[in-house]
Amino acid sequence: MLAWTIYISFIGVAVLMLLPRDKARAARIVALFAALAGLIVALAGVVPAAAGIQTVCRLSWIPSLGIDYYLATDGISLTLVLLTGIAAVVGILFSWNVEHRAKEFFAFYLALIAGVYGVFLSFDLFLLFVFYELAIIPKYFLIAIWGSTNKEYGAMKLALYSFVGSAMVLIGLIATYVVAGAKTMNLLELAQYPFPESFQYWAFPLVFVGFGILAGLWPFHTWAPTGHVAAPTAASMLLAGVVMKLGAYGALRVAVTLFPIGLKQWQGVIAVLAVVGIVYGALVALTQKDFKFVIGYSSVSHMGFVILGLVTLNEIGLAGAVLQMFSHGIIAGLLFAVVGRMVYDRTHTRELGVLEGMHLAKAMPFAAVTFVIASVASMGLPGFSGFVAELQVLIGAWHAFPTLAVVAGVGILIGVAYTLRALQKAFFGEAESPENRTPARQPMKAGNGGGHAESEFGAPLEPITIPERVGAVILIATTLAIGLYPRLLLDVIVPSLSSPLFEGLRKAGML
Amino acid sequence: MGMNSPGYLEVLKLAMPETIVTLAALVLLFADLAGMRSVEHKWRRKVAASIAGMGCLGAIFWMFQVHERGTLPNGILVVDPLTQLVKQALLILTVLTAIISLDSDFTDHVGEYFALLLFATVGMMFLVGTENILMIFISLELVSLSLYILTAFNKRNIQSAEAALKYFLFGGMAAAFTLFGLSLIYGLSGSIELRPIAAALKGKGIDPLLAVAIIMTVIGFGFKIAAVPFHLWAPDAYQGAPTPSAALIASGSKVASFFILAKIMMLGFAGAEGSGTWRGFVPGWVPLLAVIAVFSMVLGNLVAIAQGNVKRLLAYSAIAHGGYALLGLLSNNPQGVSSLVYYVVTYGLTTIGAFAVVGAVENGGGEGRMSDFAGLSRRAPLLSLCMMIFMLSLAGIPPLAGFFGKFYVFAAAVGSEPKNLGMLWLVIFAVAMSAVSLYYYLQVLKQIYVAEPPANALPLPATAPFQVGVVLLALGVVVLGCSPHLLISRLAAAIQAVALH
Repeated sequence: MLAWTIYISFIGVAVLMLLPRDKARAARIVALFAALAGLIVALAGVVPAAAGIQTVCRLSWIPSLGIDYYLATDGISLTLVLLTGIAAVVGILFSWNVEHRAKEFFAFYLALIAGVYGVFLSFDLFLLFVFYELAIIPKYFLIAIWGSTNKEYGAMKLALYSFVGSAMVLIGLIATYVVAGAKTMNLLELAQYPFPESFQYWAFPLVFVGFGILAGLWPFHTWAPTGHVAAPTAASMLLAGVVMKLGAYGALRVAVTLFPIGLKQWQGVIAVLAVVGIVYGALVALTQKDFKFVIGYSSVSHMGFVILGLVTLNEIGLAGAVLQMFSHGIIAGLLFAVVGRMVYDRTHTRELGVLEGMHLAKAMPFAAVTFVIASVASMGLPGFSGFVAELQVLIGAWHAFPTLAVVAGVGILIGVAYTLRALQKAFFGEAESPENRTPARQPMKAGNGGGHAESEFGAPLEPITIPERVGAVILIATTLAIGLYPRLLLDVIVPSLSSPLFEGLRKAGML
Repeated sequence: MGMNSPGYLEVLKLAMPETIVTLAALVLLFADLAGMRSVEHKWRRKVAASIAGMGCLGAIFWMFQVHERGTLPNGILVVDPLTQLVKQALLILTVLTAIISLDSDFTDHVGEYFALLLFATVGMMFLVGTENILMIFISLELVSLSLYILTAFNKRNIQSAEAALKYFLFGGMAAAFTLFGLSLIYGLSGSIELRPIAAALKGKGIDPLLAVAIIMTVIGFGFKIAAVPFHLWAPDAYQGAPTPSAALIASGSKVASFFILAKIMMLGFAGAEGSGTWRGFVPGWVPLLAVIAVFSMVLGNLVAIAQGNVKRLLAYSAIAHGGYALLGLLSNNPQGVSSLVYYVVTYGLTTIGAFAVVGAVENGGGEGRMSDFAGLSRRAPLLSLCMMIFMLSLAGIPPLAGFFGKFYVFAAAVGSEPKNLGMLWLVIFAVAMSAVSLYYYLQVLKQIYVAEPPANALPLPATAPFQVGVVLLALGVVVLGCSPHLLISRLAAAIQAVALH
């Protein structure tokens, strides 16, 4: 059943290709329906969430090489499939204003979504890799055609970084296949195989870093800010929201589960890189003049927590990493939606210095409130999903490497600083008296007032549209729901850490 | 030799597919000469292509219906499942080349052009279907001479003549090397048949004369497959030749040359392979070809980046792909052969498709420069989509055939020395270089999809049969990529049946 998330997206691509060229509205509706159908299927798969590994579909694909078309789920993949479903729908809502070559835009968009679903559902290493690479190309076109600042550079950089990462993975994959010698790519079977220590010693970093490049692992993160900034809003939402998770997921699914001994040996190095990423990303975000770059670097910082969680080698850290993947997917989506769609599409600038003079909080109260909520969530305040996730990662890291955990904690503090700085400059520039600006109350008023606010320069800003409001509400509701009741997801994630996939880790005395 | 010399009837039976294609070529020539001189070119091409296509399909049909098996004395003609399978692939590539020739109006000699396509194909069929070094040489010459003329066929374009001359001079030299190498082999072994040659050479080690023989043979075939440093003719020939001719040089001719090279090396020089594992080099043809493969991958990919003409870019990419394909041969085992054939056949499909789209752009008034492709997706959406499939397949993006081909070849190479993953160093090179290649393939796609079309650009003219041909090629690339099993199960069965070792 969950396999239909992939097929529906591909069907959507096919239908879009058959549409006439100038039917932007029809293209949007087709895309929205495809994404919604995907989300419904995803929800239908997640809600009854049985523990353990559930086979979705298993067919012999290339028998002579022992490669199967094997789709299955555990709690980790269910979580991320759900994230993809939400992000896909919301991304379309925030690209409702795409008019230029709309049908191609949504076709590439859905192709990307299909690839992402595929990665999260694959339990055959070869199949996983196929979907993983499938997702690279649509990203390139989404950015190169519909992007903004430096789009061709950003798109090519992203494509090449991704491809270099997957080249490393491909080498590791072929070597793994040959060393196991069992003519199988089945992850469950490979996870049982005791790979020689000398092999794990080089295969682990190769595969982990190969996937890690896409997860924004420092110092290979530089594609992320440029790519995010160049991308059109929906694409940055997807990039930060789900594509970076592909990398983290691959690192967890393949590198961590197959090469536990290698992980043990490289644990410290990776953890240091992760923490450097957290602090570095946050510090750089603090100095950015471009609003979108702030969010771009914040993604690097937050993804650092995911990577840190992955190498803690304890349950709480791993579960925290997965939860952080979900949480950051939602929060980053929200942040990029505000910056790219609500602000940039209307003001045509992302310079914090210029935005400062625009009184956006007054002009676009809904955007301001949304961003306040997103900031609060992003800073990791209790009540939002980011808090639970990062806290779990920190606890896990505290058990494994206390010093690094403290440094990562400092990263959170810097996170508060850059978020507040961006918030203040973008929306509350030349702040007026604080008593009439309790932002949380603002949107209802403005919403009723018709929203014909004007920017500093007199040109009226287009009011926030309904699709944008719906999208923002979905994301906020999700992050709140997980923040207030994290067991919604943790009850799905944690049991899957005892599945046979993690047996290698257990046998090696870790976890 | 005391063997019963076979009757003509038996020869004819074994060589029936080749005979059918030759007959088709003659019929085609005659029909064109007798009845079509005054007809419009467009129709002449359609008729000629139909006869050529029917000839090829007839030969394929014959092979499916009549499972003829047998060998003529001295391995002159070896009809076994594997050679038949490769011949079928060659015929399909020729049919597709004929279809994409439909829209190219570069010559008044329509009949001769299509007849030469068929003669070249007959040469390729004989080439893959023999284990006799004399026969190899003769077939090679038949292929080469046909291809030289096909390259020079555009008499309105001076570049075409220059390209053909270059191709001819290099090719002639290569033939001399090949002949020299083959004659040394005969002198060393006293045999002109591949398996007895290996038997005669067995246990002698690599003496200097054998080394020279191997090197000469490799040089000769290095020219044919355009491997570095014997690639210099390729970019000019690809650029100057009429586009459909270039497609045949890059596809069918490559498939046949790689296949026979593999046979010569694996059958004729069995025992002289040496070893190409990291830190475990043993002299032989494997390390020699490994070095050539590395140079081809590196040079082909790096120089392709700098090309502003898509045909030249495809030429350098062909050189690089030659390097990848060599990896399959280097594995020196049945899986390696299977991966090699899969690789070159799917590469052939892809590259014919790419040349077809280049040809369409040329027919629309362009010249094959990068900038001529600007905004193509709005001038010809269908052809652009196909071109995207071809380029991404060449770059090795799943689920297209180019990806599985690479995976299969790399897995075979690593798997050939599973103990210490000895050939992994070569695969690392190949994977790294294929990451580089994405850059220039994306440059082409960037022009097609991202760049804006020139202000006065019209939709590309392309006839329906031509478009159907291109779509078939794209479908082939997608289908063989999504279910490689369709081809490799047949390959595996055929290879098992012939015992290549």
